[in-house]
Amino acid sequence: MISTMRVKAKTPLWQTLLAAAFWVAVWQGLALWLGHGGLFLATPGQTVRALVQLVPTAEFWHRIAFSALRILAGFLLATVCGLTLGAAGARWHWFEVLVSPVMQLIRAMPVASFVILALLWVSGKNLSIVVSFTHVLPVIYAGTLGGIADTDPQLVEMARVYRLPLIRRLRYIWLPGVFPSFCESFIAAMGMCWKSGVSAEVIGLPDHSVGDALYRAKITLSTPEVFAWTLVIVLLSAALSSLAAAELREIKRRLCGEVAE
Amino acid sequence: MIQTQHLKKRFGANLVLDDVNLTVSGPAVLMGPSGCGKTTLLRILMGLESPDAGRISGVGRVGAVFQKSRLCPQLTAGANICLTGGGVTPAGAEAALVELGFTSAELALPAGRLSGGQQRRAALLRALLCRPARTLLLDEPFTGMDAELVERAAAVTVRLAAGRDTLLVTHDVHAAELLGWPVLTLH
Repeated sequence: MISTMRVKAKTPLWQTLLAAAFWVAVWQGLALWLGHGGLFLATPGQTVRALVQLVPTAEFWHRIAFSALRILAGFLLATVCGLTLGAAGARWHWFEVLVSPVMQLIRAMPVASFVILALLWVSGKNLSIVVSFTHVLPVIYAGTLGGIADTDPQLVEMARVYRLPLIRRLRYIWLPGVFPSFCESFIAAMGMCWKSGVSAEVIGLPDHSVGDALYRAKITLSTPEVFAWTLVIVLLSAALSSLAAAELREIKRRLCGEVAE
Repeated sequence: MIQTQHLKKRFGANLVLDDVNLTVSGPAVLMGPSGCGKTTLLRILMGLESPDAGRISGVGRVGAVFQKSRLCPQLTAGANICLTGGGVTPAGAEAALVELGFTSAELALPAGRLSGGQQRRAALLRALLCRPARTLLLDEPFTGMDAELVERAAAVTVRLAAGRDTLLVTHDVHAAELLGWPVLTLH
């Protein structure tokens, strides 16, 4: 029997750009069709104009810094905790059983419920740290746990027979095993932390935050500004995800002694 | 001197080893029909399986060739040897690999990209060049090599295993003859 394997080719840039242009055209068409000067749906042009007005202001950068600092602090804290808990869960099954209901509960809880509860414990200013943390934690935990489970048991046995020191086992056996699953969850979590963090800010309304700006734009019926802030969040999330992916690849290459093929 | 006394191992209803008594001082070849428990015996000596009954003594720090090569796929063959070598230099590892037919291009490849035969040779050298190992347990180390390479690998094995207790499992009678070691048979 002859078997064939389909290798997924990388999509050329022009096709990606064409697809994006198509959806921008659909967006423009819909906005024109709904009318009312973009009150219900801002046009791409209105969105860009609103963005051009926002970007040069100090307040815009202040809000970005305020939100990014807190959302990323929650993200980094959750990464450290998720890695530690995941490693502990992989090492001790009873620990995994113990932690599992909490992780499932956090995953299932709506952002709004979490925000209302979190507001009882922390100030609105730091709300996005807590919400970002709680949304990222189960993703990183699951990624770490899955990565450890994916590590080649034959290499683990080899390391045991050869009595490899712990540091070498971590670098050359465990890290290459854990990395693919961990990276996937890390990049997915990077997108999630922005969604959950800004949602929390919209409910908690801390001054000088992106969420507060979004809410203000909504109550003043400045739809283009709502779209502009949304675009900023999407771009920030995408840029940081790409940066994280590139950095993680480089860390893996250096740390695990990878040889270029 | 590796010694086993009244060794027994059962997997479910299958009695794999039944009263195995073995004494290995220096190098020896272990032969026997498929499924007679050669690999299980090596795994017990490596400490990866526990016997159901019996005693083992004289197994020092182990250098091993497993049934599969078990190289770190992201590292070169030389780096794999250095990883477990306890002080083996990259130059020393590469010289040994060249002796077993590695080209300079193959030396630069990650182990995951090497052929099965090349991986096998690297795995054999990893065991033989492991300086702290006082016991060598080699499970079918010549698999995937052609006749000429088996000859070269056998010569290198004899030279590098000298002075260490070694148990080498093989089905290949010709390889066993090349080694010229005492042959033990497991039934």
